[in-house]
Amino acid sequence: MHPLARMILHRLALGLLTLFAISLFIFMAIELLPGDLAEEVLGQSATPETVAAFRRDLGLDQPAYVRYLDWLGGIVRGDFGQSLANNRPISDLLAARLGNTLFLAVYAAVISVPLAVGLGLLAALYRGSWFDRGVNIFTLSSISFPEYFVAYILMLFLSIRWGIFPSISDFGSSAGLGEMLYRTFLPALTLVLVVTAHMMRMTRAAIINLLAQPYIEMAWLKGASPLRVILRHALPNALAPIINVVALNLAYLITGVVIVEVVFVYPGLGQLMVDSVAKRDIPVVQASCLIFASIYILLNLGADVLAIATNPRLMYRK
Amino acid sequence: MSKPLLTIRDLKIEGRKGNDWLPIIKGVDLELRRGEVLGLIGESGAGKSTMGLAAMGYTRDGTRISGGEITFDGMDLRGLSERRKRGLRGKRIAYVAQSAAANFNPAHRLIDQYSEGPADIHGLTSQRDAAQDARMLYARLRLPNPDEIGFRYPHQLSGGQLQRAMTAMAMSCKPDLIIFDEPTTALDVTTQIEVLRAIRDAVRELGTAAIYITHDLAVVAQMADRIKILLRGEEVEEQPTREMLANPKEPYSKSLWAVRSFEVEERPVPTDETPVLRVHDVTAEYAQGIPVLENVSFDIHAGRTVAVVGESGSGKSTMARVITGLLPPTAGQIALEGTALPPRLAQRRKGDLQQVQMIYQSADTAMNPKQTIREILGRPIWFYLGLRGRAQEDKIRELLTAIELDPNEFIDRYPGSLSGGQKQRIGIARALAAEPKFIICDEVTSALDQLVAEGILRLLKRLQDERGLAYMFITHDLATVRAIADYVVVMQNGKVVEQGPKSQMFTPPHHPYTKLLLSSVPDMDPDWLDRTIKTREEA
Amino acid sequence: MRLYNGASVPPTAVFGIIVIVLYALIAIFAGQLAPFAETEIVGMEFEPPGGAYLLGTDNLGRDMLSRLIWGARNSIGIALATTGIAFFSGALLGLFAAVVGGWADQILSRLVDMLISIPSLLFALLLLSIFGTSILTLILVIATLEMTRVFRLSRAVAMDVVVMDFVEAARLRGEGMWWLIRREILPNIMAPLVAEFGLRFCFVFLAISALSFLGLGIQPPTADWGSMVRDNAALITFGDITPLLPAAAIALLTVAINFVVDWMLHRTSGLKD
Repeated sequence: MHPLARMILHRLALGLLTLFAISLFIFMAIELLPGDLAEEVLGQSATPETVAAFRRDLGLDQPAYVRYLDWLGGIVRGDFGQSLANNRPISDLLAARLGNTLFLAVYAAVISVPLAVGLGLLAALYRGSWFDRGVNIFTLSSISFPEYFVAYILMLFLSIRWGIFPSISDFGSSAGLGEMLYRTFLPALTLVLVVTAHMMRMTRAAIINLLAQPYIEMAWLKGASPLRVILRHALPNALAPIINVVALNLAYLITGVVIVEVVFVYPGLGQLMVDSVAKRDIPVVQASCLIFASIYILLNLGADVLAIATNPRLMYRK
Repeated sequence: MSKPLLTIRDLKIEGRKGNDWLPIIKGVDLELRRGEVLGLIGESGAGKSTMGLAAMGYTRDGTRISGGEITFDGMDLRGLSERRKRGLRGKRIAYVAQSAAANFNPAHRLIDQYSEGPADIHGLTSQRDAAQDARMLYARLRLPNPDEIGFRYPHQLSGGQLQRAMTAMAMSCKPDLIIFDEPTTALDVTTQIEVLRAIRDAVRELGTAAIYITHDLAVVAQMADRIKILLRGEEVEEQPTREMLANPKEPYSKSLWAVRSFEVEERPVPTDETPVLRVHDVTAEYAQGIPVLENVSFDIHAGRTVAVVGESGSGKSTMARVITGLLPPTAGQIALEGTALPPRLAQRRKGDLQQVQMIYQSADTAMNPKQTIREILGRPIWFYLGLRGRAQEDKIRELLTAIELDPNEFIDRYPGSLSGGQKQRIGIARALAAEPKFIICDEVTSALDQLVAEGILRLLKRLQDERGLAYMFITHDLATVRAIADYVVVMQNGKVVEQGPKSQMFTPPHHPYTKLLLSSVPDMDPDWLDRTIKTREEA
Repeated sequence: MRLYNGASVPPTAVFGIIVIVLYALIAIFAGQLAPFAETEIVGMEFEPPGGAYLLGTDNLGRDMLSRLIWGARNSIGIALATTGIAFFSGALLGLFAAVVGGWADQILSRLVDMLISIPSLLFALLLLSIFGTSILTLILVIATLEMTRVFRLSRAVAMDVVVMDFVEAARLRGEGMWWLIRREILPNIMAPLVAEFGLRFCFVFLAISALSFLGLGIQPPTADWGSMVRDNAALITFGDITPLLPAAAIALLTVAINFVVDWMLHRTSGLKD
């Protein structure tokens, strides 16, 4: 087998293993409860009979590994079990909301990735200039702001004071794409601001690190123009670090999404998760956690594979 | 007389340190005619590389030209626009760097990097013609498979091959001047000779002028028509090569040549006593099944120096790791004064550890930068000898005196404030602090300038005579072997190819590898390269 | 501006240092500075700024300014305790892994890899939903999560030192692990560790404030900046900016710390522009 293919397979297997480990971890977390789920949910006042009945319903009388395999088996078939709060199937709750969350994340990513990579590149090129210093102060500030602070400032000015965009981004089910983009502009912009700052800083650092390499000096000494040095000598080698930066930040979007959804009352997975935590609806929390974690791992996996595939050292062996 | 190609007048260059600019080059003149090769030599910090880059009108980040003139073929490089300078670089003045592995772009094939200059940047030829030229140059530089090697990526070639490919790249636009910045320093001696030959022949055939920067006098003697010696940013003297070799005028130049006079008289190996250290039939491997040492045996006696010589990959440094217990051997054993040592470091007793001490190549990383000399030397004194307070202090001072450093001046300083030679002396003192019987010296002089290195060798010799120490000298440098060894072990690919007393090793007949090694070390004779190549081709 | 050793300090870092000192003073002297008690109801709900209530009152009629000042002590104190725990345990484990190497390092590193592969906010939500929301669980949960990041960094910087010859020399001398960590390695990685402490504090501070904002962190009636934003968010829809003051207080401190850390990292990496 080509060593490259072997390496990619290796990474895929590793990703799958991580996913499995995390599912185990998420499942095991409830085992850490001081009592058990039934007592916890039903409270002190429940009679032993109700607790026993509840246990039977949830299969809590079964040994842990049986429940884990049942749970995992269900997930593979798309069945996440039932919500404790309203007894509805969790997969129904997740379905619509996952789509909404992904829409918001993709919306933010499409704007922020090119913006951040481009600006990060410029900051690295004009290192030490006023542009670079300005960018540094701006990005350092935005990564220091709590996400909800950015969200409320945007809401206060762009929506409440000036009334350009709606402050609540519930768009119903019949809205067209344009309408959806308009209604979700503020949450998307919040995410863009926060993620772009992170991504720019990392891109800048990666490029600066690269520009210090001896082969870049060699390119200057061959008489190459600045544009040529960047495009032909720096960029092909910067791909792997930039891919990593992008993946890391897309994954970061997921965290940001939770807060932003709450601020803008956006019907997404994050909102659902926060509500469920407050209600201690543990099966729903587990399910959302697993989905978020899977997305996160898949993104990192994708980045790994891309980085391997674009590295000539790995493509062509000795 | 023809007009000079390159003229540098009173060049001054400064480097930034913190908020201050400190001088690196303090007013140097240089003149070079077409087709002429100038050797620029000096020790580390002399400003050779800075000078070489300045000849291209280039300064690195954090350095600046603060005065003087640089005239290339009638053009004032300092006054030229960046754009005009770019037009000269690579096309009329080219550069060959020390580490070809780091200076080739890992993302592109060699041939694309070759043709980038002539075809893409300077527009002199087409890609096709450039590729055709590349094949011819590769052949001329004696690269294997010249027709195909260009289609490989840099990481697929060896160091010596890359260095030749880089020379080819520098010649791609048929420049008037090439700057060679220590092009063979990172190579093993047996590889170096091939690269030297390739560079010299190519430069001669194309009639290119060159500035050849190096710290190695014997190398520059082969390559240059004239030699200029730099010391801390100033010129010491300049003379045609043969005159410089025969008759250096300045005291500093004379001292450079005098270095090689130090040589200890060989002491015979005692036959009737137990060796301090016996390496018995040792085999070791890093990864499973790939041996880095195979059936190595030799003895080291009290008051004697054994030099273990070899090139990179010979296993000579692994030998030190096995002896110290960092890498347990898979077979064989190490015996200290007749008693076998446990293979692992963790199993050894404090008394065993005390007897085997080590001095490192790079004194910079061998000393904790956050500890004072007092702490660095005081710790082993307390650890092994149990001395505290007054007694410890006295011992530290005694050690500093023994390594010829003034205790009052040095005891409370940090390693960062010492020179390379002083640091290496502290390294020696730390080894002595344990009062050992045996010391491993791992390339202890190779990071040092020659004069300083000689001081260290003399010091080690004196300490050996006074204290009856046994030394194992790990080195790649035959001059060091000649200077200090009583007994020599030659290693190649993890095996001992030959061993014996020094006098025997330096007189024929030799093992073929020893012969190759010996004949590859350049002599201080301008005809050495021609002679050696001729002898080899005849054989 | 110039320091005693002649190195210039950029204005951003000067600004940062001043802000940090100011916050520390407010947190320490909260009892003397605040006009009212932490949970005292002094007036009507949502009274406008002015008069006795410099910044108005909150959703329960408590004095905003007093809550802000008390909040400095609570929010910063809790974040500091959390960072302290995360840092101490993370750095110790990281150094241990770097020095010992081999299996111990492999096991610790793989475990941390797995914990890191879930975004920490999600993890915190999961754990909080199970253990409930008390200040102690909050501190322990966040500390555990941040510990993994500290572990990675300290292991990485310690690795750079562990391969140095002077560490090998100490090993060959027969020194124990504790000596290697304390005397050979730690002094050489203090600068990045101190910078990391600053960064970690920011992350912890933001994470706790995010959880409090979601209603899952520090619980009422304790005055805390994150929950104050949540409690008074309704006012924003009327175009009032006061609910954002606690958020601004958080932002100002984290910006200040980041400015100082940025300058420190810049200095230790030897880069100057």
